[in-house]
Amino acid sequence: MQINVFFDRENKEKTIEVDENSSVKDLLGKMKINPVTVIVSKDNNILTEDEKINDRDKIKLISVISGG
Amino acid sequence: MNCCKEKPIIELQAGQKLCKKHFTEYFEDKVHKTITKFDLIGKKENLGVAVSGGKDSLTLSFILNKLSKRNPKIKIEAIAIDEGIKNYRDKSLITAKEFCNKHNIKLNIYSFKEEFGMPLDNMLKVLDVKPCTICGIFRRYLLNKKSKELRLTKLATGHNLDDECQSIMMNQFKNNIQASARLGPKVGVKINKNFVQRIKPLYLCMEKEVATYAFVNNLLDEFAECPNVSKSYRAQVRDMMNGFEQKFPGTKYSIVNSFLHVLPGLKQRFKDEAVNYCMNCGEPASRDKCNACKFADKLNKAKDKALVKIKQ
Repeated sequence: MQINVFFDRENKEKTIEVDENSSVKDLLGKMKINPVTVIVSKDNNILTEDEKINDRDKIKLISVISGG
Repeated sequence: MNCCKEKPIIELQAGQKLCKKHFTEYFEDKVHKTITKFDLIGKKENLGVAVSGGKDSLTLSFILNKLSKRNPKIKIEAIAIDEGIKNYRDKSLITAKEFCNKHNIKLNIYSFKEEFGMPLDNMLKVLDVKPCTICGIFRRYLLNKKSKELRLTKLATGHNLDDECQSIMMNQFKNNIQASARLGPKVGVKINKNFVQRIKPLYLCMEKEVATYAFVNNLLDEFAECPNVSKSYRAQVRDMMNGFEQKFPGTKYSIVNSFLHVLPGLKQRFKDEAVNYCMNCGEPASRDKCNACKFADKLNKAKDKALVKIKQ
């Protein structure tokens, strides 16, 4: 499956290849991103780690690490 | 286990999954319990809220504003410090102003430029110093000084569980136990009329919980990080703690909860340490001059040198 991912911390959009039936957790694992550090959203709704993602989903990763 | 039929947005450490409504209730309940358990807010207060425009301070302001509306004897107003960090602070202050305007919260803004003669970005060009060191010293100095001028009874800051965990570990690594004695939901070792008491109502809230609350309640559009943080020691400790939390969920809570058990003993141990007053500005100091005045002197000398170089 191909997932379109925008990561606000890097201000970049990428296409990530994952297996069929992958979850949010699998996607983050593929991208080597710690789930503790991001909120995952699709269409402005938060997805939990165990939720399945679909081919051509547009996902936004919002870094919770902010401030100074 | 899901809280109800609505779509869950977060899974707690204990395994319970909460929807937006129940998560909001859970989070606000946690903040109120923290306030009660640690006696952070009295029945009557002129409460200041340190606001930066980031997720922590806006979440804090949002919840305390609701509290104030239910309890009119608890008055709140916001204080923001503009350090002068281009493309970061200027943007977040716009968010802070919009938020305070929308919620009818009085916002007082004080800048490094007005108070110390130049913004932080320029200070870092003139002085060879770690950004967070000088920023923290000047910011805390201003927050205390201006809180007194505004006659605030307490100042609430948006420090969360992650922040506290990092501070505890940093102090351990650097053998700075006296600094740890000043940590906790109520900052400081003992009451001193020259320090406006600082409190941390988000003390037991994880950073991800705060971010989730801010997101689902539409408090801000962007979660930005200070450009100076990535170079800091704190950022390294933060990354280490996040790594541990991923592998061993509950690590951060354990560190903070175990620290809370030893904190009373630490405060007792350091309670008799003398507080001096700066001979220059009269603010509290560890010796004859406060850190803010020491850095201000260094800044003035460095500025003069820089000006001489330019003239030559």
